[in-house]
Amino acid sequence: MTRPMHPLQEFWHYFRENRGAVAGLGFMVLLVLVALFADVIAPHAPDVQDRANFLKPPVWQEGGSWSYPLGTDAVGRDMLSRILHGTRYSLLIGIVVVPIALVAGVILGVLAGYFRGKIDVVISRAMDVILAFPSLLLALTLVALLGPGLMNAMLGISLVLLPHFVRLTRASVLSEASRDYVTASRVAGAGHLRLMFVTILPNCLAPLIVQATLSFSNAILDAAALGFLGLGAQPPTPEWGTLLAEAREFILSAWWVVTFPGLAILLTVLAINLLGDGLRDALDPKLKRS
Amino acid sequence: MFRFLFTKIALLLPTFFGVSVVAFTFIRMLPGDPVELLAGERGMTPERHAALMQQYGFDRPFWEQYLHFLGKVFQGDLGTSIVTKQPVLEEFLTLFPATVELSLCAMLFATLIGLPAGVIAAVRRGSFLDHSIMSVSLAGYSMPIFWWGLLLIIFFSGMLEWTPVSGRISLMYFFDPVTGFMTIDAWLSGEEGALASALHHLVLPAAVLGTIPLAVIARQTRSAMLEVLQEDYVRTARAKGLAPWRVVGLHALRNALITVVTVIGLQVGLLLAGAILTETIFAWPGVGKWVVDSISRRDYASVQGGLLLIALVVMVVNLCVDLLYGLVNPRIRYQR
Repeated sequence: MTRPMHPLQEFWHYFRENRGAVAGLGFMVLLVLVALFADVIAPHAPDVQDRANFLKPPVWQEGGSWSYPLGTDAVGRDMLSRILHGTRYSLLIGIVVVPIALVAGVILGVLAGYFRGKIDVVISRAMDVILAFPSLLLALTLVALLGPGLMNAMLGISLVLLPHFVRLTRASVLSEASRDYVTASRVAGAGHLRLMFVTILPNCLAPLIVQATLSFSNAILDAAALGFLGLGAQPPTPEWGTLLAEAREFILSAWWVVTFPGLAILLTVLAINLLGDGLRDALDPKLKRS
Repeated sequence: MFRFLFTKIALLLPTFFGVSVVAFTFIRMLPGDPVELLAGERGMTPERHAALMQQYGFDRPFWEQYLHFLGKVFQGDLGTSIVTKQPVLEEFLTLFPATVELSLCAMLFATLIGLPAGVIAAVRRGSFLDHSIMSVSLAGYSMPIFWWGLLLIIFFSGMLEWTPVSGRISLMYFFDPVTGFMTIDAWLSGEEGALASALHHLVLPAAVLGTIPLAVIARQTRSAMLEVLQEDYVRTARAKGLAPWRVVGLHALRNALITVVTVIGLQVGLLLAGAILTETIFAWPGVGKWVVDSISRRDYASVQGGLLLIALVVMVVNLCVDLLYGLVNPRIRYQR
């Protein structure tokens, strides 16, 4: 007789079949390692300027050298080192923004879905208001209000991502709340808090995990966009969007200062999205993309 | 149908009031003196300050200020820009057609490529072509478009010198705006080469702005088509011996389109967020660039008006999409 698989084993069984998702996971592990050991891996410090080597092209182009594999920027800083250090900021953005939006969104969503009535109306309408603004516009305005900087940009992005978590949680709580196991728990004397967060919430987690992954990539994209517009991380922070903002005036003279930071953003977001697709397929076979 | 229409509009009212509260409180939450921020003057005499306090109504209670603000909004008065001294609404309306023109062309680009790509991927499901289309669209979906725009400028403007870097039309053409749409105005002006120049300026920004919608449309079309292709009526059509292109094109695609059109419509918010970045990169004089410039110029009256008007545009377009969806799909209309 074979024993049924442990849920985690089952998850890995489905997840492994999706090659793209495994590749995405591998790339993310690599990024975490780069972020942790950026000081060791990077050939130079991210803010050291070499006055003899302004806008030096990458190594394979004429005039490039191995000491600056991806070239240097307008004040002689090593592009590779700056991009490697930038990994830290992008991961930090995701690690700060997603939990804020997730926790706040889950609490509001559970309250709305569990109590319904007036609480639901107030919460749902408030989320409609946030969704009426294009996400980047609302984040921009908030940053204008609080002052430019990475911390405020992260707060703004958390707010913009909030409604998606609220709506998702509310919908799953609504569908779970009338199930028999919830009634049984209530009859057994469970209080509101226990019913909401111990009985119901664990059964709503799968879509939330997928949404959290996709929000991670959205957070990185939006933070980079804010940095690009000069309202996110401020120079000389080597955040990828900020690197692009500094590079804008050189687009027609030094292609490498523009190309590599953006490539880093694209690959990271792509990896996370691949991972998210894989998670969705593995966690919820019903939602499986055909 | 009318009941459906009324419920939809009634649901919008609280959202509109919420949006107006956000726009109203925005200026009052800014650090610094609101009078100085709105009037754009510094080092005023106390008398002048008091007079302006009264003029803007800052001496009255908060809720009264809000009602006053709302009343003015309904009269179309959104304040005056402190930089250009023009009414905010007027500035918005002058720039808005540029954003609409750019967005429409971006959606056209996205639909013309994304729709066929999605259909092909669905029909040839599992093939190399399907995998390629889906991989490219996932990359498009993950694209930081501000970087994508810069790359395209490097390639098409810098290396190939095919397209101009910024603006809506070459400086050698000058004519009065009639519709606000540069392509139409250029065509109406009858000047030789004007329309070509306008299109030349439009193609790169439209492609950049259309990239993410293109990826979304391709993905959604594929999954909608896959669903429809399993339906009984498609099998019946096949069994009748209809040509494959008729089955796919007429029977399947027409039904898949209902979902796809809704998806296209609901991209407005995303599109306007993208327009902020695209217009900034290409110096395209639309409302997205205007908001960013207003923020950096500390022109808060314009930011306030922009917030309100752009949210209004998103709400109205979403309403239209909802209504359209209800019109083509009766099952939605009679829910609840």
